[in-house]
Amino acid sequence: MQNSFNIAVTVNDTRYERAVEPRILLSDFLRHDLGLTGTHVGCEHGVCGACTILFDGQPARSCLVFAVQAHGHKITTVEGLGTIDNLHPIQEAFHEAHGLQCGFCTPGILTTIVPFLEQNPDPSEEEIREAISGNLCRCTGYQHIVDAVKLAAEKMRK
Amino acid sequence: MKPAPFEYYAPTTIDEALSHLAEHGYDAKVLAGGQSLIPMMNFRLVQPSVLVDLNNIAELSYIHPDESGGLRLGAMTRHHQVEVDPLVAELAPLLHETMPKIATSQIRSRGTFGGSLSHADPSAELVSVSVALDGRFRLRGQNGERWVPANEFFIGLFTTLLEPDEILVEAALPSMPVRSGCSLMEVARRPHDFALVGVAAVVTLDENKLCQQARMVFLSAGDGPMVAHKAAESLKGQAPTLEAIRAAAEIAASEDIDPGSDIHATAEFRRHLANVLARRALEQAFERAADNK
Repeated sequence: MQNSFNIAVTVNDTRYERAVEPRILLSDFLRHDLGLTGTHVGCEHGVCGACTILFDGQPARSCLVFAVQAHGHKITTVEGLGTIDNLHPIQEAFHEAHGLQCGFCTPGILTTIVPFLEQNPDPSEEEIREAISGNLCRCTGYQHIVDAVKLAAEKMRK
Repeated sequence: MKPAPFEYYAPTTIDEALSHLAEHGYDAKVLAGGQSLIPMMNFRLVQPSVLVDLNNIAELSYIHPDESGGLRLGAMTRHHQVEVDPLVAELAPLLHETMPKIATSQIRSRGTFGGSLSHADPSAELVSVSVALDGRFRLRGQNGERWVPANEFFIGLFTTLLEPDEILVEAALPSMPVRSGCSLMEVARRPHDFALVGVAAVVTLDENKLCQQARMVFLSAGDGPMVAHKAAESLKGQAPTLEAIRAAAEIAASEDIDPGSDIHATAEFRRHLANVLARRALEQAFERAADNK
């Protein structure tokens, strides 16, 4: 039985080569093997959305993908969006509109919103609520998140 | 929780996948989109000793028309692809309407058509929709392939006709006849959560605007997709009046389904929802059928 697979995966434009056991989830691989702890692990069964990453540009639950399946694919985590000194416009908007409190759900929401705003630069409130319906937040009551996404859309249209 | 160890194969052809399944039999599980299987593995509700991953088999991912105006979908076509495909919107309006209601965008980016059907969750939209549309599935094993009608494929709770060495490789959905209309209605506690009850309706009117056929298939209302035979019988040859629709919805909710009680809803409440949803779905489907000349 082959217990270890060599994978090459591009995360935030950096290529990583690692050996992984097939049962290692992509979420754990990102956090433990690559030290990218921005991806948060909540429910581990695809409900909470905290571990959302972009898999070839599309939002996906990293707890529902094995790391070995990411071989040859392109992953973007919250670390790939912006830096402390140079925030992504969506991060700026979340900061300004109080779109987070404890911050646990935030990385998953940010990665969900990136492709959403690319495809829909001027969304209605209803569309925003639909877009974040796969991400649970236990602090904000969502209103500030909706406001933050609206503000982000404005910033990105400029 | 984390999955228990397993042996992993990622074949690049169907034949190679089938040979792994033939070798490992009941010890092996097929990994499609993984959006149901991996959560169950994370919680160790299932601990397959072998996983055969279909994600590298390019020949299983496609959407194209067939010679009779219907639609063919490869098993590994992802929900998101089906959702945005213009051909699906044109040829299978019920499917087009259904896709955004399945789980969340983060799940639809990975989840697959064939995976959802093979998993046979009675609360899965595609299970009931494929029966309502009179779909057929192509199952392939090392010794050949067979076509199975959707209404025979699902035989119980998470149970299908698939043998352990077979893979559902393709779904075929026939074209909608003229004067047909469809609808999908469901109720869930939270947006995109599993529906407490749902119903897919497909109706066809005859030349005199009488009901030629009305098929309703319920989800989360029994051990599998629940076809409302008695309700269909009651509508046949009738004018689709509000009275006839109300009567059919009542029959469907009281006689055609077998919902259970659980932490989410009682059986009685599910029957109530089924009645309301059936009425709304039939109304919408008949309206659309009348417009679809």
